[in-house]
This record gives sequence, structure tokens and C-alpha cells, in this order.
Amino acid sequence: MNNTNTPQSLAKSLTGIRGLDEITEGGLPKGRPSLICGNAGCGKTILGMEFLLHGALDYNEPGVFVSFEETNDDLTSNFAALGYDLQDLEARRLLAIEYVYIERSEIEEAGDYNLDGLFIRLGQAIDAIGAKRIVLDTIEVLFAGLSNAAILRAELRRLFRWLKDKGVTAIVTGERGERTLTRYGLEEYVADCVILLDLRVDEQIATRRLRIVKYRGSEHGANEYPFLIDKQGISILPITSLGLDHTVSDERISSGIPRLDTMLSGEGYFRGSSILVSGTAGSGKTSVAAKFIDAACGRGERCLYFAFEESPQQIMRNMLSIGIDLAPWVAQGRLRFHASRPSVHGLEMHLVTMHKLILEYDPVNVVVDPISALTVVGSDKEAKSMLTRLIDFLKTRKITTLLTGVTHVGDKLEASNDEIPSLIDTWLSLRDIEHQGERNRGMYILKSRGMAHSNQIREFILSDKGIDLFDVYLGPDGVLTGAARVGQEALDKSTIVSRQHDIQRKKREYEHKRQALEANILALREEFDTATEIIESLSEEEKQRDAVIIHDRADMAKLRRADLSAA
Amino acid sequence: MLELIAGTEKTSTQTSSADKKWMLRLYVAGQTLKSIVARANLQRICEQHMADRYHVEVIDLLENPTLAKDDQIIAIPTLVRNLPIPVKKIIGDLSNTERVLIGLDIYPAEM
Repeated sequence: MNNTNTPQSLAKSLTGIRGLDEITEGGLPKGRPSLICGNAGCGKTILGMEFLLHGALDYNEPGVFVSFEETNDDLTSNFAALGYDLQDLEARRLLAIEYVYIERSEIEEAGDYNLDGLFIRLGQAIDAIGAKRIVLDTIEVLFAGLSNAAILRAELRRLFRWLKDKGVTAIVTGERGERTLTRYGLEEYVADCVILLDLRVDEQIATRRLRIVKYRGSEHGANEYPFLIDKQGISILPITSLGLDHTVSDERISSGIPRLDTMLSGEGYFRGSSILVSGTAGSGKTSVAAKFIDAACGRGERCLYFAFEESPQQIMRNMLSIGIDLAPWVAQGRLRFHASRPSVHGLEMHLVTMHKLILEYDPVNVVVDPISALTVVGSDKEAKSMLTRLIDFLKTRKITTLLTGVTHVGDKLEASNDEIPSLIDTWLSLRDIEHQGERNRGMYILKSRGMAHSNQIREFILSDKGIDLFDVYLGPDGVLTGAARVGQEALDKSTIVSRQHDIQRKKREYEHKRQALEANILALREEFDTATEIIESLSEEEKQRDAVIIHDRADMAKLRRADLSAA
Repeated sequence: MLELIAGTEKTSTQTSSADKKWMLRLYVAGQTLKSIVARANLQRICEQHMADRYHVEVIDLLENPTLAKDDQIIAIPTLVRNLPIPVKKIIGDLSNTERVLIGLDIYPAEM
């Protein structure tokens, strides 16, 4: 085997189209033709032209755009809308537009022919500017203009071989056929790389999708990737392009609610983490978000607020009623609102709009309020994929993200926003606690990755002074909040007071008793002392009497002259 | 470069379209078999149907490649009928005489 024949990895030509180079893992096959097919209006021409424009401006590869449908003037004005000056590029010899005009009614076929005229034109255009790229949009017009399909097929085969020999990277566009990829079977000739574009309308919302049908000799993403065409051209957002390899921060930032920080092991959220605040309507999610924003702006950080339900004015007015004034932050440029109805675009457009705003404004914190509004636009699955990509994107940029999500009354709490929780680092749940005819708000931390967090439910109170978290009453009857908690606390207090009274009374009672006993003891002691005295005096008396008796006897014996020895 | 095949100045016997003139251009790319056949066919048809009333210019695109763009030439050979208007393109080696005559706006009545 010859050494020069050892297989090399396929050389690729970067398209410069955001996302496409990622899913093709480096672009289109270099020096070979690729086929882009799809229905009318699906973006083939823009994709082709962008390939040339990026080649000319970013990769120093001039290109030829062979248009079978649109004239130079049409193309120039169409792409002026995207901010490109095609005439200027032509003047700088970075781009050549070759408009090929075929009108069947003006053509009479009288015998054998070939397409040397076209070859000569392409060769001229390529050589004139040293083109490395070429787009043929769409070559199938030949089939409409010329009737001899046998000649056309042979000539197309020759054309693609010729382009390969010239070493130009080519894009050939083709209309989608009924059952085939292209109406005239172009995929037969251009077999290296086939990309299918699709525009689907689902519930009045159009979504564009791109799929790589085949890419010979290369790895490629096999999914259908949604893409967008907007003022900046095409952007494709491959779902899997972002991995889980973003760096994480140990820095902690305040939630804006001191008591909540305490619950989050005393320090608040992690910087760059994703926080979900879920709860039923009116449970105070936006208030938690506003507190967070207020604190962040106070630290001098830029915040971007995506509002899908309320207008910025409405949010600011409402937040003012609980003592959070966001207007100064907006005025200082630290807070920007982006409010839009979820239904104005498809999900992908939302995602790209958000991407763009984030890239443009470069915020430190982002709020999406609420994410559940987006499920209205797309299916749950699409919404999930969109949020995954959004959160991944935000995480790679180390942006702290607070999302709010609506759960519905009666939903199992943990079922809210179905699969989204796996993306969430800190999940705060706001619950309505209904008891004794009133509704109160409770908050607890469902999870918070990487920190020892409180497992306690706290009563969440919104007042004109802001947000407060209180311990709930935990008694034999369970968790009590609101008036019930206050009532129970009062009841507890009165019980304690009456018990204290009881004790005081008993104390006094026994004091009396003790005092009485002491008096008794005193009296008895006196009695005892008296008795002792009496006993002492009696024994003295006895002694004296004995002495007297002995004396008397002696006297008597003396008198009787008795024997004294007896004495 | 340019090559002219001019009809000889003879008076026409067909008075009905005596003032009808044909301005034709034949585009070829080198001396290929197709181009040789096309020129021979054209010569024959012109002499038969438009004697003295035609003017043919033969353009070799290998020598004048930019003309391919200017005149919107795709197929080779292409015969362009600039007159009578409207402009018509007849592509191929002109071996199908019937189609060539239709393309040249020559009706069977004149044949």
C-alpha cells in the first residue's frame, strides 16, 4: 500500500452557521458537493448564501452563488435585510452571483446537446475570483426548463464530478419530492452529505427543523434540530451540543430573604446554579424572584428578567406593593425586562431570542417567569428540551438562574413541571395551606444540591414590608399557619398563664401551711422546754428532800443514842 | 472569433414573407462533433428556407467565455434567434429539422 493512500479523516469546510458546524462536527465535506433539500420557503437559499458569506468573510474562501430562480437584484435586496451588502462583496471579489435564466417557452429542443454553456459559465465565475465554494440554487430548475431528462442526468453527473475535480465545496439545493428527498432525485448524484430542511406548522406556530440525512464518512448528529431564521440569519441550536462539563462556583449569593438564606445552610444560593420556585397561582413566586433580583442589583450585578405573563410595569407596580422597588435598577441599567407573550413565537424562537439577549446584555442573573408558560406553546417534550438547552447555556456562562413554575391545585407537588427538576439545583416549593377557611402560604426547600438545607416548612408572609418567613406552629394537630397559628399561639399562652396562676396559688397555700406548721413547732418546743424545766425542778426537789430525810434520821438516831455504824 | 455565414443576395421567390429577416447566432464550444453537425444542419436549413434573408454569427464560447453569461447560454450548441422577435433559443445539434423550423418561426406553408 502506498503511504499517501492511508485513510485520513474527512476534510471539512466550516459553514460558519451557528450550530450547523457542531452537528456536522466541522462543517460540510471539503471539495465535495452537499445536497440541501426541503420544501419551498424552508430556508435553502439562506443556508446556501450564508455558507458563502461566512466563507468569504470569515474563512477567506470566496464563493460563487449560482441562482436559477432569483436575479442578482432580488438576492441583493433579500440579503440586505440580513445586513449583508452583496454588491460590495462582489466588488471585493469575495462573491460572484451567477444568475442562470431558463425559460421553457423560449427554448426549442432540436437534437442532441450538452450543458457546456453552464460549465463554461461556472468555470469562468470560479476562476475569476478563485472561488473555493459554490452554491447551485436550485439546479432542478434545469429539469423544468429542459425536457430531455436523459441528457440532464448525464450532465448533472458530469457537473458534480467536475466540481469535485475543481476542488470547490458545493451546496446543491433541491425541492422536496413527494416520496423522495428531491423531486428529481438529485440525491442520486450528490451522495456525500444530504441535509433535509423542514418547516412544520403545529397549532399555528411554525417551527423549522434540520436533519442530516446522511454524511458519508463522518460522524454527525442524527437528530432533528430546530433552527431559526431571523435578522441575523440562520441559527441552529443542537440540543446535545452542550455537555455537563461546565465549571461550578463555590460562591454563595443571598436570596434576598434573610430567613431563606438561613434555611439554605445560612448562605443562600450557589452562584451559577439554577433555582426553581414552584407554586400554585398567587403563591408568591414572582415576589421571591423580585427579592432575588433586588438583592442582586443591590450588589451591583446585572439582571435580565424574562416575563411571560406580566408586563414589566405590572411587575414593578405589584412588587412595590410589597416594598420592593425595582424601578431604580431599571433606570440604572442593572435590570432589564424582556416581556413577551409565549404564543408570539414558537419555542425555538423564544430560545434564540433569549440566547441573543443574554449574549447581548451579559447578565449575571436571569429570571424566567414563568417557565410553565412555555409549555403552552410547545409540547411538554419540546419545552423540556428547550429548557434543558437554556439552562445548559446559562450554566456554561455561570449565570445564576431563577425560574418560576406554576403548579396547579390538586397536582401532586413533585409532579410539577415533570422532568424539569433534574435540571434544577435548588427547588423551593411554595404551597397554599388551606385551614379553617383561610389560605396561607408555606415555603419549603424540596432540594438544594450541595448544601445542608432546612427540611422545615416555613410560613411565607407577604406584607408591605416585603417577605417574611415564620416558623409554623407545630402542635399535636399538625402544622398550623396564619390565624390558626396565631390563635393556637394565643391559646398556648393563656394555658401557660393559667398554669402559672395555679402554681402561684398552690405555692401560697403551702406557704401558709408551712408557716402554720412552723408556729406549731414553736409552740411544741415551748411545751417541750416547759416539760424539761418541770422535770429538772422535780428532781432537785427530790434530792433536797432525801438530804433532809437523811439529816433528820441522823438527828433522830442521836436522840435515840443508836448504833451509828448503821448510818 | 466571429465567423459569418451570410446568405447570398438573391431575390426571393416567396413574396409572402419576402421582408422577413432572420438574425441568428450559433453558440458552440470548440470544434466538437455536435458543433460541426449543428453548423452543417443550420447551413442546410438556412439555404432551404431562408435563402438570402438570414444572417448567422457563430460564436465559440471557448474563445469568448464571458458571452455565455451575457447571452444566458447553458446548452451547447444553442442557436439564438434574435430576429424575428421574440428571442428564441433552439438547443441541440439541429438534427430535428421540424423543431428547428418551429423555433425559427417558419411555417409549413412557407416550406
